[in-house]
Amino acid sequence: MKAARSKLIVLAVLAASLGVSLISPRLDPYFLDVILGIGINIILAVSLNLINGHTGQFSLGHAGFMAVGAYLSAALTSFLAPKLLGAVPGTVALQSFFFAALLAGGLGAALAGLLVGIPSLRLRGDYLAIVTLGFGEIIRVILQNMESVGGASGLHNIPQLTSFFWTFGLAGIAVYVIVSLVNSTYGRGFIAVRDDEVAAAAMGINPTRYKVTAFVLGAFWAGIAGGLYAHLKSSLNPTGFDFMRSIEIVVMVILGGMGNTPGVIIAAVLLTLLPVGLRELPTLTFSLAGKPIDLVWKELQMVIYALFIIAMMLLRPQGLFTWAPRKKAGE
Amino acid sequence: MTEAIQQLVNGLSLGSIYALIALGYTMVYGVLRFINFAHGDVFMLGAFAGLFLYPLAGRQPSIGGAVLILVLAMAICAAIGILIERLAYRPLRERPRLNVLITAIGVSLLIEYGGQHQAVLGKNPRTFPDLLPSTNFSVGGAVFGSHQLIVLGLTLLLLVALRFIVLKTRIGMAMRAVSFNPQAAALMGVNINVVISFTFGLGSALAAAGGILYAMNYPSIEPLMGVMPGLKAFVAAVLGGIGSLPGAALGGLVLGLIETLIKSTRWSNYADAVAFAVLILILLFRPAGLLGKTEVEKV
Repeated sequence: MKAARSKLIVLAVLAASLGVSLISPRLDPYFLDVILGIGINIILAVSLNLINGHTGQFSLGHAGFMAVGAYLSAALTSFLAPKLLGAVPGTVALQSFFFAALLAGGLGAALAGLLVGIPSLRLRGDYLAIVTLGFGEIIRVILQNMESVGGASGLHNIPQLTSFFWTFGLAGIAVYVIVSLVNSTYGRGFIAVRDDEVAAAAMGINPTRYKVTAFVLGAFWAGIAGGLYAHLKSSLNPTGFDFMRSIEIVVMVILGGMGNTPGVIIAAVLLTLLPVGLRELPTLTFSLAGKPIDLVWKELQMVIYALFIIAMMLLRPQGLFTWAPRKKAGE
Repeated sequence: MTEAIQQLVNGLSLGSIYALIALGYTMVYGVLRFINFAHGDVFMLGAFAGLFLYPLAGRQPSIGGAVLILVLAMAICAAIGILIERLAYRPLRERPRLNVLITAIGVSLLIEYGGQHQAVLGKNPRTFPDLLPSTNFSVGGAVFGSHQLIVLGLTLLLLVALRFIVLKTRIGMAMRAVSFNPQAAALMGVNINVVISFTFGLGSALAAAGGILYAMNYPSIEPLMGVMPGLKAFVAAVLGGIGSLPGAALGGLVLGLIETLIKSTRWSNYADAVAFAVLILILLFRPAGLLGKTEVEKV
């Protein structure tokens, strides 16, 4: 029954996003941009939650996977689509090509996830964090030096194909796939690995296989989100996928509660709105030792993230939106 | 040949700065088994402490002034390191290690981005003053800066001092005991909190020295300057074998040499990525590092 209900919910989300996408051209572009950003961040946060939350690993390289998906799909729609579909492609052909490009981006990212996953998942906690961080940086440096995709100056004029339908339809599917997987018999293995790797191994669960699965699937969805991001912003820059982008996604997972999908979705929504809200706040001016100091709220975004992280770990490590008794989070 | 010697000295002087930072990572890992992500930022604060203390030294390059600035900056950063541990890490000591790691990332971001605010250190790079009169001299065609040799000499001096502290003093013995087995050390009457504070202080002081030496060679300092050297020093610590002091020194030197070598080829754009590639390779083929001991995992 429960499975049937959640399938209905996914169908409803798909139908609703198709409906909204029909009226979306009439919406304010800035508003639409923020809304689509929320959808993309939901995919990123939920997929990182599979790695960092359910499986108890700690990845700091999610932006790297996102970059792989973004550049791969953007390269396909920018360079390959005009050759295959002609200069003025039909809507159906273009949209199906876009979907295929997104999938290709996701698969490319998944392959990257496999490449990082297999060697580094024998490591635990802090080592894994640094290796994934290093991987994200390697991707960024490679992209910066790849002239075929614009190098350091970035890739521009990517067709703006990301619509409400694609963003929220895919977000709905991502949430559905990940939640169903974790709740399935097979998926209990992720939580077992998180709670006690040695005990899980003794019960016949192969921790490495579960960790690699989590990494590959998490990376796949990060790649999809990257593709959506590329075709929303229509230009990409390697510096947009640096360590700070990864941290942003990590903060969503920590704030929502590691392993708590509804909480992570709420956190993704709130943290996408945070910079928008900060931009609206007036600049405060006060004087310090005779010098005038402008307090621009938007510049404090990273400081606020940092304070969130520290405060959450000290005061409420189970996340803001976890009310149930705390389950043991993995070491 | 001349070029090779020149690059060797460049690599060693960069490597000794990595070594100074890597020692802090390795010592903290030894007693607490976690990576102090904010260590690279203490390195940055060391450079800024040097900048702010400069007027004390009479705004003139002099040996006495440089020594005074170095010692004071080391003391200030030692206090900052102890404070960070006391406020952010100690309350979490009984929690899962992952939580401490996440907190450390938070502390690191707070120092970096808090520091970028105009009311604190400011975003724009500042010029680090000449603490010492500098000269260049050439040996057989290769040109060396006196600063490079000072870096090498001072690092060597600090390494000897550290070795003395760890091997010959009571607190050093306590550090080794805690690193070997914290519970047993506590039962033997070692005050673990004092040892941990001391370790953070010592590591941070070395990072501050590294920061000042780095700023003398690359005299443009800003709040994010610690990120890359910090990460590379971590790689150096793993390369040498995390928890091992000679390993950290060796790892730093090796990494400095590798990086300088890459920078002299046409792959110079990839120099930052190479450090991480080294990390992944070492973890694949020799996870215990060059001088580390393989630990057997007990359930």
